[in-house]
Amino acid sequence: MSPQTEAVHDGQTSPTRTRRIGSVEVLAVVLVLLVVFRGPVSAAISSPRLQTWTTVFVSVMVQAVPFLVFGVVLSAVIAVFVPASFWARALPRHPALAVPVASAAGVVLPGCECGAVPIAGSLIRRGVTPAAALAFLLAAPSINPIVLTATAVAFPANPEMVLGRGVASLIVAMIMGWLWLRLGKTEWIRLPHRHDDGATKLVAFWAAVRHDVVHAGGFLVLGAMAAATINVVVPERWLLTLADKPVLSVLALALLAVLLSICSEADAFVAASLSQFSLTARLAFLVVGPMVDLKLVSMQAGVFGRRFAARFSPATFIVAVLVAVGVAAVVL
Amino acid sequence: MNRQAQGVVLLLLGGAVLKASLTDVYLRYVKEGLQPFLIAAGAVLVVTAVFTFVHDLRQQKQSSHEHGPAVGWLLVLPVLGLLLVAPPALGAFAAGQAGTALSSQAISDYPPLPPGDPAKISILEYASRAVHDNGTSIGGRTVRMSGFVIPGPDGEPMLARMILSCCAADGRPIKLGMTGNAPVDLPADTWIEVTGGYTAKAGTDPVNGERIPYVDVHTWTPIEAPRNQYQ
Repeated sequence: MSPQTEAVHDGQTSPTRTRRIGSVEVLAVVLVLLVVFRGPVSAAISSPRLQTWTTVFVSVMVQAVPFLVFGVVLSAVIAVFVPASFWARALPRHPALAVPVASAAGVVLPGCECGAVPIAGSLIRRGVTPAAALAFLLAAPSINPIVLTATAVAFPANPEMVLGRGVASLIVAMIMGWLWLRLGKTEWIRLPHRHDDGATKLVAFWAAVRHDVVHAGGFLVLGAMAAATINVVVPERWLLTLADKPVLSVLALALLAVLLSICSEADAFVAASLSQFSLTARLAFLVVGPMVDLKLVSMQAGVFGRRFAARFSPATFIVAVLVAVGVAAVVL
Repeated sequence: MNRQAQGVVLLLLGGAVLKASLTDVYLRYVKEGLQPFLIAAGAVLVVTAVFTFVHDLRQQKQSSHEHGPAVGWLLVLPVLGLLLVAPPALGAFAAGQAGTALSSQAISDYPPLPPGDPAKISILEYASRAVHDNGTSIGGRTVRMSGFVIPGPDGEPMLARMILSCCAADGRPIKLGMTGNAPVDLPADTWIEVTGGYTAKAGTDPVNGERIPYVDVHTWTPIEAPRNQYQ
């Protein structure tokens, strides 16, 4: 095989392509069948509940695609065109110092959480210490100017929410970075295999884009389906019975942030409309949402591995809730 | 999932996003401002797919049995959702599940209504003037607004419009009760245009206990759903 060829995963080699029915052919047949039977298929999902599910699912995907593609392209640029030595110079050598610098660097990534996952994966691959890359992953979606502006617009009467959100998110990102330095194990992170050794830069770039969109995008679909289900199945009134209980209300909104998986640019407006809840509970909603939610957990499991996601997400959730309550006590 | 399959899926996804964003279909799911980014993202996906095919062609007879993540097949689902089903914008079902979202939209000052008789305003504008300004800035003027019909808590139809801040997942309803010459027996999700005046009558939303203002309907007519059904 030439060096340009992407390596074969499982040792299976086939020098000449054998003529058998492949997955693309199956897909083509399925698509044709679906187009032919379009009427019955549409009729089957015409109940209002299923229709709303489909609308929410499609809209989460449509909303996320530009951010996913932007994040993937940026991460491919990092992986292919930015030399590893750049990161060694840009970040303080000591990992404990690299964590706050990487968290603060999140300010420059305008976007929401879907784009941050592949970028963080790419940073780790380029030799950035995982603690710093993870701090960046957590901080970027919540402290960038677009998200903070949206928060200010959503809470015109409570500008302290913007301060609370920024400060609390930064603190959580740094705590999680340092926690990773102390307790994290590198073998929990299993980045998906890339086969771009020896390829030209352009080939490697497009291969990275293709691989990451398919991979992270697939997990995004899983997350979007879960979020749409929660959106349709859980009526708001269940939630409101908890609004006047101080501890339960914080936990309820933190959990809701995980389940709803709303983009971090929009979650402030949803938080604003949950007006029966205390500002503390709503701050917890805003801090947890961009760091832990169904589509993020799903994407993290895909990009970093399941063992990583199973430990990182619950820990982040706990730290985020505690920090949000602490910051709320000071700021609000 | 081999490289060709990945390319096909990316081509489908990019094509679906492009088609939705070049027609008005995308307005059912996201804000209008996202359109240029959707077009750019769709184009990048198509270019990625094309590059995959070209690269594969150049390397004919080589193995294309790289096994990518099987989870990528799931990307076919949003493609089917966009091209085949293209579900409608959120309507009465979603509006009934959530409480009216007036409190998140409070505006602090209420400029005079636009000129014209009736003055054309949005449901959101009427509702926030009615609730937060007690109707002072509406006064005796006649207003015209459009929305879709949802069944109210006691069976009488109400008027609603969904507001989006990002995508349909965060869509929240603004609800308006109707008295006077209100329509009866209209099926849910029917779009109507209503002219009427301010009334002090108000109800409460059973979902979140917020105040729902009423409008004193003079006339109403069924209309086509607007191009952008959200606000």
